[in-house]
Amino acid sequence: MTGKGGIEPTAKKKGLREKIRWDFALLFLLIPVFVALIIAFPDKGAPARHVAWEYFKEMAVILPAVFIIMGLVSVWVEREFIVKFLGEGSGVKGVILSFIQGSIPMGPLYAAFPLAAVLLKKGAKVANIIILLSAWACIKLPAELMELQFLGWKFTLVRYLATLVVVVALSEVIGRVFFKHGYMKPEHALEKADN
Amino acid sequence: MDLTTDVILALTGLLLLLSVIKDRKKTAAALRVAYKGFIRLLPSILAIILVVGLLIGFIPPRWIAQVIGGNSGVLGVAIASFLGAVLFIPAIIAFPLAKSMLDMGAGVMATAAFITTLTMVGFVFLPLEIKESGKKFAIARNALSFIAAIAIAVVIGVIIK
Repeated sequence: MTGKGGIEPTAKKKGLREKIRWDFALLFLLIPVFVALIIAFPDKGAPARHVAWEYFKEMAVILPAVFIIMGLVSVWVEREFIVKFLGEGSGVKGVILSFIQGSIPMGPLYAAFPLAAVLLKKGAKVANIIILLSAWACIKLPAELMELQFLGWKFTLVRYLATLVVVVALSEVIGRVFFKHGYMKPEHALEKADN
Repeated sequence: MDLTTDVILALTGLLLLLSVIKDRKKTAAALRVAYKGFIRLLPSILAIILVVGLLIGFIPPRWIAQVIGGNSGVLGVAIASFLGAVLFIPAIIAFPLAKSMLDMGAGVMATAAFITTLTMVGFVFLPLEIKESGKKFAIARNALSFIAAIAIAVVIGVIIK
């Protein structure tokens, strides 16, 4: 959570805290399970330990680079100007900018929800925001470095291009079918849901 | 150490050097952001390493191959998509997990679908997304992501054999 977008919603912090606790809970649950299992079943425990160690080494090499790039981008790339270009009628430029903005590392997906909400309320095109969130989730730049490292360039390239095409096409369909008259404010949507 | 790693490390080193030359304070700020991000994700990273170890050590590869293997077809993709939608893992650590699944015989299609729903659809975060963006948008986006996952998987399955 770098907070460089100039948008600091209150819901963000709460979400983050919940997430971290959950992570730790999982980790502290896994450690004894892992230790118990490799002691109880040494024949299966040996490969488990070996694989975990190999992954640990690989991540220890690659993760510092991934996070340093994340940090550099968050400091050097101005984001505010992009926001202006995401509205209706932004066309291809809006699509490309949505992709670029989504590809800039800014933390996990749930950190993007408040930003997406603000952009929608400011009049951004629904399809563009869906593209932004999709890019943010699964073809974000530093994460792509991990994909290159672990899954190879061929898988990475094909998945990247496939994601690009599919997300642009489907977001346009959703925008046209479900949001013909633009984005409905959540207050209204929630009122409807309560009835 | 393979070529990809070298390229990534070299690129990072180069960018860091450029950043230091241009502005030291900004670079220090960038490193703080990097450090914070790393610490925030550390428990998840360690957890996923243990999960991968247990997965490879204790789950027979033929189970994985059977359920989501290359011959599991549409059902395999559906199962992988659903699993990915229930779980939510940041992309950075989703890829090592995906690699371990591929190594154990999971199909390329199912793995691609798993990555997409894993990172794009988060049932856990649906309430938060609804609160922020409204019910209609949140549900439309999650539904799109699910369809997208299957479409992307099919494209990848056709291209990569």
